[in-house]
Amino acid sequence: MEIRTSFHKKLREIQDDILVMGSMVSKAIVRAIEALQNRDLKLAQQIINDDQEINQKRFEIEEKCVQLIATQQPMASDLRTIISVLNIITELERIGDYAEGNARVAIMIGNEPSLKPLIDIPHMAEKTIDMLNRSLDAFIKRDAESAKAIIGEDDLIDNLYDQVFRELLFFMSEDPKTITRATRLIWVAHNLERSADRVTNICERVIFIINGKMEEIGASKY
Amino acid sequence: MMTINNLVNENILPKLETTHNQHKDQKGILEVQDLSAWYGNALAIKHVSLTIKSRAITSIIGPSGCGKSTFIRCLNRMHEVSHGGHVEGCVLLDDKDIYARDVDPVVLRRRIGMVFQKPAPFPTMSIFDNVGAGLKLTRFFSKRWEIEEIVEKSLRRAALWDEVKDKLNQSGASLSGGQQQRLCIARAIAVEPEIILLDEPCSALDPASTLKIEDLMRNLAEQYTIVIVTHNMQQAARVSDMAVFFMMAPDKAGELVEYGSTSQIFTNPREKRTEDYITGRFG
Repeated sequence: MEIRTSFHKKLREIQDDILVMGSMVSKAIVRAIEALQNRDLKLAQQIINDDQEINQKRFEIEEKCVQLIATQQPMASDLRTIISVLNIITELERIGDYAEGNARVAIMIGNEPSLKPLIDIPHMAEKTIDMLNRSLDAFIKRDAESAKAIIGEDDLIDNLYDQVFRELLFFMSEDPKTITRATRLIWVAHNLERSADRVTNICERVIFIINGKMEEIGASKY
Repeated sequence: MMTINNLVNENILPKLETTHNQHKDQKGILEVQDLSAWYGNALAIKHVSLTIKSRAITSIIGPSGCGKSTFIRCLNRMHEVSHGGHVEGCVLLDDKDIYARDVDPVVLRRRIGMVFQKPAPFPTMSIFDNVGAGLKLTRFFSKRWEIEEIVEKSLRRAALWDEVKDKLNQSGASLSGGQQQRLCIARAIAVEPEIILLDEPCSALDPASTLKIEDLMRNLAEQYTIVIVTHNMQQAARVSDMAVFFMMAPDKAGELVEYGSTSQIFTNPREKRTEDYITGRFG
């Protein structure tokens, strides 16, 4: 017979909150790239404004965790879950900041003619979102195998980043007038690369919840 | 004062204080081997084997009826005092079985003292005599000044001296519940035991007295080995170095499910039954 039903209900609510926050962050990543591709400055500004909501959600979840620690004295896997949630929301909040950063770059670029059609950057964003969504799935399902697999996929993002970097470097060396625009795109790619690294941190926390081991599993190239 | 600049410039790492969760001494003082205990025909605990570490606090946790109290009562042969109480297996203290024929249980209980759930000072005795009672029985100390010295030392160790030094002749029953329990601890340590068994020592106390006793236990663990039975898992987590989880098996006998360091048991138990119990998924 389960005897701490109300505590475990609250813990499940926190997990639902994580999913809500994760979806807000996923949306921010994808919309920032849309704003960049479509030169949609209104959308970019909207993402910057919405980042406040992500930050707010993070504090709301943190507050709930503090309440549970203070009032319920969680132990074992419950304790590991709450400690991991505190880490995961920090990672999500930071990924949200990277998306906001990309929206700001979209505003900086404004209506300047595009340097080249964006292919690898949207691909990086798509892959990062996929990794993020699956990492939160692994969190809900307590699936260490999936979490480990996602960490391995970070190499793909690193390779795409290398590709974008080399290509933009080529533009810059060919025509110094492109330096500003190319550098801004490098920032965008860098933000996405960092976001994927943060996803691997989330996966490490998922593994910690399951087996209690705190370890860095795949160190990123960057 | 330590500053980050000091550390960076001197290229040194701060020395971390060892917390109570890191055991000072890995040596075992009591070796329990395949211990089973009965009340008449009813098996209360079965096949328990574990090593109690010296100068550490070991907590025994588990749901009601799992044999926690029976287990610690076997450690100083109090179990056999109960009606129909008998045991199989052995408990080695300094490599000698406490259940050997030539062991006198009364002498043994001086080496392994016990404090019970309800504070039980001798009601007709003064505070002084309560602490000195065990000493008088041992007959090692007959001179008043010797006894006075030990009574004071014991009351100091039990963190009670300052509260009672001016009323040593008053009845032990005149003290508050928390004070009475510390009086019982003083009485137990007056005879210089090596091990102190505590059976739910705080269950009848208010939160402030409970914290005082817990603090006292940490201090006593510098000199004594302590085994505590507690229903309060937070208490076990706060005070003990090692934790033992007992549970009732389908045949209703208590069995040891898991034994490990307190931090391991409460953050990452190996056994699912331990996990389910301490996270409240069954009770």
